[in-house]
Amino acid sequence: MNDCVSVFLTGVGGQGILLASEILSNAAMLAGFDVKTNEIHGMAQRGGTVTAQVRYGQKVYSPLICEGDARVLCAFEMAEAVRAAHYLAPSGLAVVNQYRIIPVTVSSGSSTYPQDIKETLRKRFPRLCYFDATARAAEAGTERAANVVLLGATSVGLDLPEETWLEAIRKSVKPKFIEVNLKAFAAGRAAAQS
Amino acid sequence: MLERAAELKELLSGNEAIARGIYEAGVKVAVGYPGTPSTEILENVEKYKEDVYCEWSPNEKVAFEVAAGASLTGARAIVTMKHVGLNVAADPLMTLTYVGAVGGFVAIVADDPGMHSSQNEQDTRQYARFAKIPILEPADSEEARDFLVAGLELSEKFKTPVILRTTTRISHSRTLVQLRERVEHEPQGFKKDPPRFVPIPAWARPMRVRVEERLKAMAPEVCASPMNRIEWAGKELGIIACGVAYQYVKEVFPEASVLKLGWAYPFPDELIRQFAAGVSRLLVVEELDDFVEEHVKSLGIACDGKNFIPNIGELSPMLLRRIRARMEGKELPQTLPVEEASQLPPRPPVLCPSCPHRAVFAALGKFDVVVTGDIGCYSLGVAAPLNRMDTILCMGAGISMAHGMKVAGEKRRVVGMVGDSTFFHSGITGLLDIGYNKSAPVIIILDNRVTAMTGHQENPGSGLTLMGETTWQASIEDFARACGIKRVFAVDPLKYDAFIELLKESFDTPEPTVIISRSPCIVHDHSGLQTVRQVDPDLCRTCKVCLKIGCPALEFTDGHVRINSLMCGGCSLCEQICPFDAISPISEP
Repeated sequence: MNDCVSVFLTGVGGQGILLASEILSNAAMLAGFDVKTNEIHGMAQRGGTVTAQVRYGQKVYSPLICEGDARVLCAFEMAEAVRAAHYLAPSGLAVVNQYRIIPVTVSSGSSTYPQDIKETLRKRFPRLCYFDATARAAEAGTERAANVVLLGATSVGLDLPEETWLEAIRKSVKPKFIEVNLKAFAAGRAAAQS
Repeated sequence: MLERAAELKELLSGNEAIARGIYEAGVKVAVGYPGTPSTEILENVEKYKEDVYCEWSPNEKVAFEVAAGASLTGARAIVTMKHVGLNVAADPLMTLTYVGAVGGFVAIVADDPGMHSSQNEQDTRQYARFAKIPILEPADSEEARDFLVAGLELSEKFKTPVILRTTTRISHSRTLVQLRERVEHEPQGFKKDPPRFVPIPAWARPMRVRVEERLKAMAPEVCASPMNRIEWAGKELGIIACGVAYQYVKEVFPEASVLKLGWAYPFPDELIRQFAAGVSRLLVVEELDDFVEEHVKSLGIACDGKNFIPNIGELSPMLLRRIRARMEGKELPQTLPVEEASQLPPRPPVLCPSCPHRAVFAALGKFDVVVTGDIGCYSLGVAAPLNRMDTILCMGAGISMAHGMKVAGEKRRVVGMVGDSTFFHSGITGLLDIGYNKSAPVIIILDNRVTAMTGHQENPGSGLTLMGETTWQASIEDFARACGIKRVFAVDPLKYDAFIELLKESFDTPEPTVIISRSPCIVHDHSGLQTVRQVDPDLCRTCKVCLKIGCPALEFTDGHVRINSLMCGGCSLCEQICPFDAISPISEP
């Protein structure tokens, strides 16, 4: 594929993936790039897996990412990181939220949630940034900003100027939430750089 | 850098871009029925309601006819729907093609290759050929806007309805769009002209001839249109590509010449011949049917196509990479999900925590019944652990098929199930059939007063219009009685024991029953939220009866049942079914 940068976001409905995708694509646009995104809608409130794909570069054709091409895989939930692992390039950065959401298939006894998922993550992702984004978000002011914490960690694996990220956050969130989201973003960046 | 250009553009989904085009092109009337992936078009047109009249119609046929009426006054009019909606609207489509348009008329139809959220996949381009009208296929958001505008102009120039076809990846991908200003198109008013607008046989016959003449008249235009263009590159391989497939082709075959077809029908024969003559090998890349490929071959031009490109499901750049390798006789290593992914628990969409539909399915689980279901959130009742829906066909069929099973002599009790929006869409006539022809199923109408599955759109039962005005609320009770049903009940399924009693009584009655299960969608209407429930570990005997209702808020971890307080909406269904009184509202601090 050409020299476009691809980012794959995955998680569960209600985790704020679509807002994260919007901030990321706005940041790329503000940096002067052509941008395309794709999101699977419809099931976002019904407990299903939600994914978003963002691509940017001088000229982007396909809105879809090829398996093995994502520079960053950002997973809002641990099991979803494994489910989407094949989208990440071998040299890519995996940002994984230390957070699990038990699917109904587990509660009803028809399947089990893997116990050894941390080992799987360590084995599968040579460049792994694995931390509790919800806790960092709470420290920043609200658990709801966990998505922006994860975005902060994602930004470390990309080459967009920090200022465009901050401007994109200001553009995408309601004025009264700007401050807490900027803090959340900084916390995510710090977590990935440590 | 592209910095300046980007500053002037907005990142819009295909649906948002079409809504913008509706505004910019001076459209006066924009109507439709919700359906993924088309729904956000009208939701975004609502922003322009000062300039564009917009509405959710009860179904696609009505919407199509509303837009047709508007067009005959000279107003620019559009109608939106998903692909299966066009089946509902096929009747007016097939004669509007004779009558023709006055003000620009575009039917925006969103296909869903791969069936992300549909019961089938069908290729709307076949309808264009069937109805002998133009079809336009954008490849990104900017084209979606531009082609909508071009479609309105074509419609007026050739007095024809036009279809704008998107697919899920066009509707839901966001790409950059340069915004423009609105240009008004004032309607002239309806001008009486019966030979043009009344297809009685004597006038329909000359109309039929004009349909063919119109196709011929478009031939030079379709070849010259900027929507169809040749991008010359290497002469070794030439690819004809439509819609989003164009983007994948540019990505995977950067060296090939491309004939991009944005206006695929009527076919641009001369352009196809010219392109084919300029390349050594020709390949057609299109999603779903071999629509273009078949025509290319009928021109006597050899090409590859469906011998490499699947006609099932959607295409992707990855799939094209593999196809390219196969064409070149190479093997591309498969990039499969990691081995551990196969061990992961599936995460299918489920009914939301505190969804009242869950109580209906749980109650039905107590009876030996056949449930003919329908299309909406409640379709999720088919999945484990509820397992309480047996058939789905199309909107409205939940009621009519229950009747069909009864008249066929099905020995088991039969329950037909539809939602409120689906009832208004096409359930009423099925219920009239039951009243008229005297069968005795139990019909459950899940009434949450909103079209929930597609994202909470208003419907005739909501008391609100798309434009935010209050209006009369359609009464399902009145409809049921008018259809000849005497046993009509409106109950809250979360009064669970009473609901089960009503079911039992209805199954023992030799006449039809309509049970309106009335309870709000908890995601849409927070007024229904109650105190969060908790499990008392001393009383819980881990019988797991509560886990059988498939509520995402109920978790079973480390041998204990817990209620996730962030998810629980307090519907109390688990409390009501717990045999040991182990579940209760959390005590207020």
